[in-house]
Amino acid sequence: MKEYEVVVGLECHVQLLTQSKLFSPAVNRYGDEPNTNVDAVDIALPGVLPVLNQKAVDFAIRLGLALGCEIHSTSVFARKHYFYPDLPKGYQISQYDQPICGHGKLSFQTSEGLKTIGIERIHIEEDAGKNIHVEGGNSSFVDYNRAGTPLLEVVTMPDLRSAEEAMEAYRALRALVTYLEICDGNLQEGSMRADANVSVRQIGAEKLGTRTETKNLNSIKFLGQAIEFESRRQVLELEAGRAINQETRLWDSNRKESRPLRSKEEAHDYRYFPDPDLLPLTLKDGQVEKIKQNLPELPLQKLKRYQEKLGLNAYDAGVLTVEKNIADYFEAALALHTNAKAIANWIINEMQLNIAISAAQLAELVKLIDDRVISGTIAKTVYDELLKNPGSRPSDIVEAKGLKMQRDTGALQKLVESVCTQYPAEVEKYKAGKQQVFGFLVGQIMKLTQGKADPVEATNLLKQYLGS
Amino acid sequence: MKTLSQISLALNKGEVSSVELTKACLARIEQKNAELGCYLHVASASALQTAEQSDQRRRQGQALGELDGVPVGIKDMIFCAGMPVTAASKILEGYQAPYDATVTRNLKRAGAVILGKLNQDEFAMGSSGENSAYQVCKNPIDLTRAPGGSSSGSAAAVVADMGYGTLGTDTGGSVRQPASFCGIAGLKPTYGRVSRYGVIAYASSLDQVGVFGHGVKDAAMMLSGIAGYDERDSTSVNMPVPNYAGLLTGELKGKKIGIPKEYFIEGLNPEVKACVENAVKALESRGAQAIPLSLPYTKEALATYYIIATAEASSNLSRYDGIRYGPRLGEEHGLKAVYEETRGQLFGTEVKRRILLGSYVLSAGYYDAYYVRAQKVRSLIAQDFRKAFERVDAIICPTAPTPAFKLGEKTNNPLEMYLADIFTIPVNLGGLPGISVPAGYSKDQLPIGAQLIGKPFGEAELLNTAYALEKELNV
Repeated sequence: MKEYEVVVGLECHVQLLTQSKLFSPAVNRYGDEPNTNVDAVDIALPGVLPVLNQKAVDFAIRLGLALGCEIHSTSVFARKHYFYPDLPKGYQISQYDQPICGHGKLSFQTSEGLKTIGIERIHIEEDAGKNIHVEGGNSSFVDYNRAGTPLLEVVTMPDLRSAEEAMEAYRALRALVTYLEICDGNLQEGSMRADANVSVRQIGAEKLGTRTETKNLNSIKFLGQAIEFESRRQVLELEAGRAINQETRLWDSNRKESRPLRSKEEAHDYRYFPDPDLLPLTLKDGQVEKIKQNLPELPLQKLKRYQEKLGLNAYDAGVLTVEKNIADYFEAALALHTNAKAIANWIINEMQLNIAISAAQLAELVKLIDDRVISGTIAKTVYDELLKNPGSRPSDIVEAKGLKMQRDTGALQKLVESVCTQYPAEVEKYKAGKQQVFGFLVGQIMKLTQGKADPVEATNLLKQYLGS
Repeated sequence: MKTLSQISLALNKGEVSSVELTKACLARIEQKNAELGCYLHVASASALQTAEQSDQRRRQGQALGELDGVPVGIKDMIFCAGMPVTAASKILEGYQAPYDATVTRNLKRAGAVILGKLNQDEFAMGSSGENSAYQVCKNPIDLTRAPGGSSSGSAAAVVADMGYGTLGTDTGGSVRQPASFCGIAGLKPTYGRVSRYGVIAYASSLDQVGVFGHGVKDAAMMLSGIAGYDERDSTSVNMPVPNYAGLLTGELKGKKIGIPKEYFIEGLNPEVKACVENAVKALESRGAQAIPLSLPYTKEALATYYIIATAEASSNLSRYDGIRYGPRLGEEHGLKAVYEETRGQLFGTEVKRRILLGSYVLSAGYYDAYYVRAQKVRSLIAQDFRKAFERVDAIICPTAPTPAFKLGEKTNNPLEMYLADIFTIPVNLGGLPGISVPAGYSKDQLPIGAQLIGKPFGEAELLNTAYALEKELNV
């Protein structure tokens, strides 16, 4: 079998966190009773007209700047036509040949280091409603709450070379939009959705293979699975001597496979043309500059700063910066106690990125360790107590439970002696050169003090005792 | 006593009440509408109630203005909350408007009494009124003839005294051409002068609400009543609305009137030609100077219009799918059947013809050849006008190539029907204001209108030129 390379480009839909919809004053909110967040514009009553939400334009510019895109001072809204009950006007207002943002790039961490892919464009468009099919019933319903929700469509170049890379790129985009506070990044609620354009070609080939587009990928996992599935399918087709059909495919997450939705021949003719109800979108003087000045620190900038200024390793810095809320939490704790490495370690390894205590509690807990009031082991006990009593302070728990580290040299000396007396065979082994036994002996001291013995002190005393 | 300006004055003086006027209009509607087919819906109860409120305001010295208490009618393209709105199409049969169009709201705020909804060609597609899915509207001057279209009922109602002023819509001449056929004044304002919010869209880049009145002053009063910026219409323009009627002086000295040679082609109906030439003389006798000029792209206007208008129509009419409002057919056969049967059976022939034409010109592979090209030609037509208006203050030409034709005369020949708008269409493509003013009669005593075209947002000056013409001709 020949060696193949996977070529992937993504079309990512990002729902914007605007108060109202893209072209109507109706509330833009997920999860409400069906058809409650609708205006005459959203259900396309005759005679209604769209009025552009300028906030959505600002958000598009924010993302465009963050991705280093060309920002077009004039862009045009077009109508994209097809019939479906969830599309009330019979067309979707989108941007077509004149999008608001042109070429840019997206950089992200992969297992092989930093990778940069091209962004082809970003355009503004409206979301459709949702058809609701009743299981077993013979009727369908339509919920127009989502109709008119502002979306940005981010189209990447076909620069991704594996499902892994595509997943990383998508994660990075998600991080970016949440950092920019233009999208909540909630994949379960459909705040971000992706279509994957996948083709394969023999390694070394220059020409791209025929691509397919897999739609309906609403999680990072499905995105990866769909690309894996599709690239394998295409390789098998080619190996069997068959050609790839340019087609749109639909991902079935239950069956973990995609099936053809429509071929190129059956593709819609969307009959795009500029929407005569909307004037070309012209940006105001200084609009882009003003937004640029107010851009927050972005994930990669943070990553770099965490490594260079805070001394974190690349892995920890990466993990902390993927989710804005994690980075915010880390920085909030850091503001109260400056041991970045220890705080990072706690968030990543002890808490497993699960933010269950406040940043102030975490900062205090790490400070207690650093001040050698408690040991790392005891800190975990304190942490468990904090989970049980969410409002309490770590130092109060240490006090109340008598968890302070035992640093009394006299008392520890006695413990060292008694442990060594109790385990003469192990002492002999150590003296004969078996270094591992040392750990066992320290463990015994810890056991006797329920972990409260100062490990540094205990180690020193044990060494002295054994060396004498 | 019958013009809007006259009854407005009479109301003000207390010589007549709004209730009396409204009742008289309603009585005429009751008597003649079955035959004339002007109104698709008559709102007697709410009209009388509004009239009573108006009279009460006037008694308390709180009249809202010149339109307070004046009975008016509104084309069925325009939303009036609580009244049926169908665009004279079966696809909206039984549908009630849940909100007011901005023009309706403006008229209500001015105190006007809305008598009901006026008949038209279905979705404003037609030039005779015969494309109404409900009833053919007849020309009150000669019942065997068309009142023109698509704002057929709006023109005919004014002539038949079923309203003192009416609203129409004009996408390619749908106000001016019926005004010419019915012998009244009909104004299409500059694109953007009047809000399109709540007006059923036919071709969004060309549609504009227009006004009818017995005379130019009536049209001016109606325009002041509806015009103005509307934040709900992104294409409306934020410019102050003057009291247009108050600016009418009839003074024309030193004004230059352009005579575009492309509108006086060989084969033009000689009676129409004579009337317009006579109108030019009338303007000259008021001190204006006639300037021959050329608008070279005029001959491309009709084709350009039927590409752009149908393209936009095919898109605008996509929403009529039977899913959210209007009758739904074919449900038992699945979703595809709902679209096919609802749209296939409930749209009329002309509407379907234009949807097909529009879908075709927007199709992949044809878009550049038709739509893009038409847009380029459109900008050349607009440029023709721009250049002309560097030299002249107004342009005069025929409104329609013929006086009112017979009902049924052109129904089997869509192309011939399309030619009825050949002189009005360029004005929409240029986004300019245009008005048809009665300019005389044919030997069969059929009215003939002259069309005056003005500069963008130059309605005040255009109306004044029309006013001078009206005074001088005294038709």
